[in-house]
Amino acid sequence: MKIAVTVNGKRIEEDVACDLLLVDFLRAHGCYSVKQGCETSGCGLCTVILNGDPVLSCSILAVRADGCKVETLEGLKEEAAQFGAFIADQGAEQCGFCNPGLMMNAIALFREYPDPDEETIREYLAGNLCRCSGYEGQLRGIQAFLQWKKEGQP
Amino acid sequence: MNLKAVSKPIRKKDAMALITGQPVFMDDMIPGNCLIVKVLRSPHANAIIEDIDIDKALKAPGIEAIYTWKDVPDKRFTMAGQTYPEPSPYDRLILDRHVRYVGDPVAIVAGDTEKAVERALKMIQVRYTVLEPLLDFRTAKDHTILVHPEENWQSLCPVGADNKRNLCASQVSGHGDVEQVLSQCDVVVDQTYHTKACQQAMMETFRTYCSIDQYGRLNILSSTQIVFHVRRIISNALGIPKSRIRVAKPRIGGGFGAKQTVVAEIFPAFVTWKTGKPSKMIFTREESQTASSPRHEMEIHVRVGAMKDGRIRAVDLYTLSNTGAYGEHGPTTVGLSGHKSIPLYGLVEAHRFAYDVVYSNVMSAGAYRGYGATQGIFALESAVNELAAKLSIDPVKLRMMNMVREGQAMPAYYGETATSCALNRCMDRARKMIGWDEKYPCRDLGNGKVRSVGVAMAMQGSGISGVDVGSATIKMNEEGYYTLSIGAADMGTGCDTILAQMAAECMECSVDNIAVLGADTDSSPYDSGSYASSTTYVTGKAVEKACRKLKDQIVAIGAELLNAAPEEVQFEGGGVRRLSDGKLASLQEIGTKSMCGNNQPLTVTESNSSPASPPPFMAGMVEIELDKETGHVEIVDYAAVVDCGTVVNPNLARVQTEGGLAQGIGMALYENVQYNERGRLYENSLMQYKIPTRLDVGKLRVEFESSYEPTGPFGAKSIGEIVINTPAPALAHAIYNATGKWFRELPITPEKIVMGDKDGKILS
Repeated sequence: MKIAVTVNGKRIEEDVACDLLLVDFLRAHGCYSVKQGCETSGCGLCTVILNGDPVLSCSILAVRADGCKVETLEGLKEEAAQFGAFIADQGAEQCGFCNPGLMMNAIALFREYPDPDEETIREYLAGNLCRCSGYEGQLRGIQAFLQWKKEGQP
Repeated sequence: MNLKAVSKPIRKKDAMALITGQPVFMDDMIPGNCLIVKVLRSPHANAIIEDIDIDKALKAPGIEAIYTWKDVPDKRFTMAGQTYPEPSPYDRLILDRHVRYVGDPVAIVAGDTEKAVERALKMIQVRYTVLEPLLDFRTAKDHTILVHPEENWQSLCPVGADNKRNLCASQVSGHGDVEQVLSQCDVVVDQTYHTKACQQAMMETFRTYCSIDQYGRLNILSSTQIVFHVRRIISNALGIPKSRIRVAKPRIGGGFGAKQTVVAEIFPAFVTWKTGKPSKMIFTREESQTASSPRHEMEIHVRVGAMKDGRIRAVDLYTLSNTGAYGEHGPTTVGLSGHKSIPLYGLVEAHRFAYDVVYSNVMSAGAYRGYGATQGIFALESAVNELAAKLSIDPVKLRMMNMVREGQAMPAYYGETATSCALNRCMDRARKMIGWDEKYPCRDLGNGKVRSVGVAMAMQGSGISGVDVGSATIKMNEEGYYTLSIGAADMGTGCDTILAQMAAECMECSVDNIAVLGADTDSSPYDSGSYASSTTYVTGKAVEKACRKLKDQIVAIGAELLNAAPEEVQFEGGGVRRLSDGKLASLQEIGTKSMCGNNQPLTVTESNSSPASPPPFMAGMVEIELDKETGHVEIVDYAAVVDCGTVVNPNLARVQTEGGLAQGIGMALYENVQYNERGRLYENSLMQYKIPTRLDVGKLRVEFESSYEPTGPFGAKSIGEIVINTPAPALAHAIYNATGKWFRELPITPEKIVMGDKDGKILS
């Protein structure tokens, strides 16, 4: 089936198998930040932004993205580096395999709730599993970033 | 000590690459057109393959090769990543006619695409003679069903193994007359504890890529903690010389010990060696859950004897460990259940530690953070909490009376001495952090909920004494920057960074001036690998030694440039200075000189092995809120205080601790591995096998109380493993304090809390 998807601002037209998952389509197009950690839509590693909403790209067929705009970390490098520096300052990235999914969902969180409280952060990101960090360092990093933004830093 | 790089909370060197999703993991960096490798797995827990028909599958489109037991060498090996000769028995074949658990490999299929391979897997016809499985590990020893009846089974080390008795290992050790001392005690706690086969559940599943290089050698790029052991194991399994094998690791998406076993590597290695074509194998999460290397299930019988005044005089501990179908890490994990629990109590006059490790028809166990200490500490710390209740002594006070102190001999810890120990300070600080004196034991909130507290302490080791080898090669380059080459594996822990911090400290430069090269069997100096909490302590010391020698070489060239004798100059970060007039030969000048008419290599390799394994110590205290109606346990506060010696990087040590606590919480409250009556595993996905989310972990607070370890680099000991050890016993204690019920089997689920009797058991 022929589809046209805009990935990180670049239009891709391709004939794809109708059972191709969006995650596999994106990785085939060089979006290696998109990871897969399970087969049951339960880990959050494959999170991308589809037409503005965070979605699990392992649970969406590539054909469903026809005509849509997809954002991955490859297209949000500046935003990711700016926010990610605060995670790095906690050492909370650890192995790094779950980070891209977390970054994508966190960016979606900041867009939806510019000033989230702790409970909102925990709940919004609950689907992003991490086996290394115990989550506390991620929370400290997120809160430090939000504080930095609030203080009107450039 | 005035430290400039060590003890600083600097960013990990690879942090931003990881955070911004750079393609640094195995499957991000390999060519797309390689063969896809998958294995057909046994549906039976114990069966003999009578017939296997691959003809139809071989003819399917896109299939390159299919291998069965008939195609592999009939020479047994172990997949355990351990120093040779491995204590783990040689009990595996790449593919065996006798399958021993649901998930045991039956055939290897390689093809062009995942779809083609999946299709071919379904076309293979296998006829089995199904045998009765041995599923209850309590009955395994001397059972009539033998998991390994074969004659070419082999145990390389004297660990008490006997395949004709289903024994993977068996031993007794101790000091003093434990029966006599126990008989003199006023109170003896005599209980049995049971821990399950938890999964490491690292986010990146097992995966390996193989190719043949320009020299005709097998190149393996694998997500592994143990490149050098992989080389030996592949050599053993495939029957090819080590000289034909190169193993390297990219970034690793978590390991926790799982990747200290060669779980995925053998299959693509076999395919590539046979076909000459590149191939990869990526485990599904289901395979990672059902055919991997989880924690050893253990049942631990503890007897602790004490006097009325609280003096703990004797410990008798017997561990029955379930190694499953194969013996990976079986003979060694079990040792820690006693050797790294009993020494916590320094006044013990006599102890006995005995164990049996048995085979059964479930997935083989392996190495998981804590490596047996976690299980032993759950048992002994729970028993001590039960003892405190019997004696009506505050359990924190009881521990302060009995805990090991700096300078004490530790008979149960290989006879080593506690050369550095701040456990008393850890306990005291945790007590203050959590408000123990006000909160112990519990407070009924009057709304159906109870708040209570629990306590436990823990230890681990720092590498394997007299066995582990860490090495470092440090080289000074043209502009005066350094490259540090190591064989240890950074799996997210940050060892590349903390070893660079140590090098920067020695070379008096910025950490940015140290480039780190990760493990590659061709180019790295030998390192046993990153396991057994060894890297900071063992490899760290190798870095320190190598830097010291490199300085001498730099000084020699600097002195030459300054027309001085080596003793007339002094090394400083930026170069070498002549003492008489302060004239400096800069590192750049020395670097340039090193490439012209020079006989000094400016490269040093040093290895390090330690006769001791100084234990880190910690205290953990938890406050929970327990819902009496639903049995739900919420973690309100967790106070953890760690003595890992000098903290090399406070940020990374803190996150290591928080992560270990979270894993320990999962193990204590929900992570379970259960089998049906035919040996099929229930928890085969992250939907069934629940690891903690950020809603489950509660508030984790971590502090450090550092001792100074004289044999460690800059006074440091380990931190990686110890941090998983306190949650299970501390939570079981807090739940007792809330409910009056002792839970001696993990996980302590809400069902057990509500429906269990006074011993936590649900009567059917």
